Amino acid sequence: MQEIEKTLRSRCAELINNGTCDKVIAWDRGEFFYDNSPATFACADCAQKLVYDCFCGANLSKYLIQYAKEGKTAVLLKPCDTYSFNQLLTEHRISRENIYVIGVGCDGMVDIDKIRAMGIKGITAVKEDGEDLVVSTLYGEKTVKKADCLLEKCVSCKSKKHYVFDELIPEADGEDVKENGRFDMVEKLEAMTAEERFEFWQEQLSKCIRCNACRNACPACTCRKCVFDNPHSGVASKANADSFEEKMFHIVRAFHVAGRCTDCGECSRVCPQNIPLHLLNRKFIKEINEFYGEYQAGETADQRGPLVNYTTEDAEPTAVSDRGDN
Amino acid sequence: MQVEKQFKPKIVAFCCNWCSYAGADLAGSSRLSYPADVKIIRVPCSCRVNPLFILRAFERGADGVILCGCHPGDCHYSTGNYYTRRRMTMLFSMLDYLGVEKGRTRVEWVSAAEGVKFSTVMNNFVAKIYELGENVKLGDLRCKK
Ligand code: SF4
Ligand code: SF4
Ligand code: FES
Repeated sequence: MQEIEKTLRSRCAELINNGTCDKVIAWDRGEFFYDNSPATFACADCAQKLVYDCFCGANLSKYLIQYAKEGKTAVLLKPCDTYSFNQLLTEHRISRENIYVIGVGCDGMVDIDKIRAMGIKGITAVKEDGEDLVVSTLYGEKTVKKADCLLEKCVSCKSKKHYVFDELIPEADGEDVKENGRFDMVEKLEAMTAEERFEFWQEQLSKCIRCNACRNACPACTCRKCVFDNPHSGVASKANADSFEEKMFHIVRAFHVAGRCTDCGECSRVCPQNIPLHLLNRKFIKEINEFYGEYQAGETADQRGPLVNYTTEDAEPTAVSDRGDN
Repeated sequence: MQVEKQFKPKIVAFCCNWCSYAGADLAGSSRLSYPADVKIIRVPCSCRVNPLFILRAFERGADGVILCGCHPGDCHYSTGNYYTRRRMTMLFSMLDYLGVEKGRTRVEWVSAAEGVKFSTVMNNFVAKIYELGENVKLGDLRCKK
C-alpha cells in the first residue's frame, strides 16, 4: 500500500494542477495513526499529505453530496465504496459530471480493536508486511496475521472490483468475491428460537447510546431531514430506558435502507458500542434475494430497487408466518 | 381480596378507505359482530401505512396490529397494495428476526363487499391476540435487562 499511497499523492497533485479537478476527497491522518479520516485536499501541495494505508476503512462517497456540488471533485473509492457511489447516482444525490472517480485497490482494512483484543497493549504503529502486520508497541514489536485483524466488512468483502471509475490505481482491477459467507451469522440467528433471538437483540440493542453515528455515516441515509430529528415524531432521539424505542430506531433505520443498502458495512464500523448493525441490513438483503430475486444495490446506477417495485405474483406477508415456528 | 386482572387486548386495524373501511361499514350495517377491542384507523390506501405507524402503535400499547386493504389488483390507486405487500413482508420478517411473535401483525385483503370476511378476519385476529396475551416484547418496557 505504501506504493499506492505514493502514486495517489502524485496523481492527485497532477489532477489538481492540470485542472481535471479543483479538489480531492481522500483520507487524512487522524488524531491517532489508526483513525484516518475523510478530508478534502484543495491544492497540489496539500495532496502530498493524503494517506492510504490499512486504516482507510471510511467510505468517502457520502461526502460527495455536500462537497461535490460545485466545481469538479475527485474522490478515492475502494471497490466496496463504488457500490455506494452508484446508489447515490441512482437516487440523484450526486451528479456524475461533477466527479472524477479514482478507484483504489484494496486488500482489506484493519480493525484496531481486533489487534487490541489479542492482548497487545501500548500500540504505537502498525505497518503492513505482505500477509502480516508488524505492530510496534511500547514494549517491542509483534507480528500478527492481517487476516485475523480485518474489519468485519472486509472479512466478508463482496468484491475487489470497482463498479464505477474514471481511472484505477493500481491499474489492474480485482474480481468479485464469490464465497464471502456474509449471510452466515444471519442464518445462525434464523436457526435460533424466537426467545433466543429476542435475547440476542435485546442485549445488543440495549448497548445503543443513540449517538446516531450509524445513521450519519450511512451513504444510503441521505434524507435532508431525518424522521428521528423531528421533535414531533414521538421518538425521544436519545438513549433512554425504554427498550422498545431502541428497537424502533433500529428497525426503521434498517428498513429505510432496505433494498438500497449496498452492505458497505459503515454502520457497524462506526458504532462506538460495537452493535452488529450489518446483521439487520443483511437480513433484509437476504430476504429480498429470496423473495424477489437476487439484487445487489449499487451494482449499476440505473436499477429500480426491490421495495419501489413489485410483481403481481409476489408472496403474501403470510409467507413469513408460514415459515414454521422457531 | 385478590382482583383478577382480565386481559383486554388493544388492537389497531388500519383499513384503506376504498375497500376495507367500506367492508367494515358493511359488516356493521349487516349487523355482523366483531370484537370491540378493534380500533379502526382509516387510511387513504394500504400503502399509506409506513412501518413507523405499526411500530408506534405497538409502542403506545397495542397488542396486535392488522392492516387491511383492497385485494391485489383492486387497489383504488391501481398498485398501492402491491407495494404494501412487499413492505409488510419485509417488516414482518424483521420483527420475527428480532424475536417478536409472528401472530401480532397481519395483512388481510378485504373488499367493500366482504362484510362477512371483515368480521371473520377480526374475530380470528382477536382470538389470536388473546392466545398470545399481552404484548411485552414490543411494548414500552421502560427497563433494560
Ligand atoms: S470490504 Fe473489500 S473493498 Fe471494502 S474495504 Fe474491505 S476489503 Fe476493501
Ligand atoms: S452508532 Fe451504535 S450506538 Fe450510535 S446510534 Fe448507531 S447503533 Fe446506537
Ligand atoms: S386503496 Fe385500498 S389498498 Fe390501495
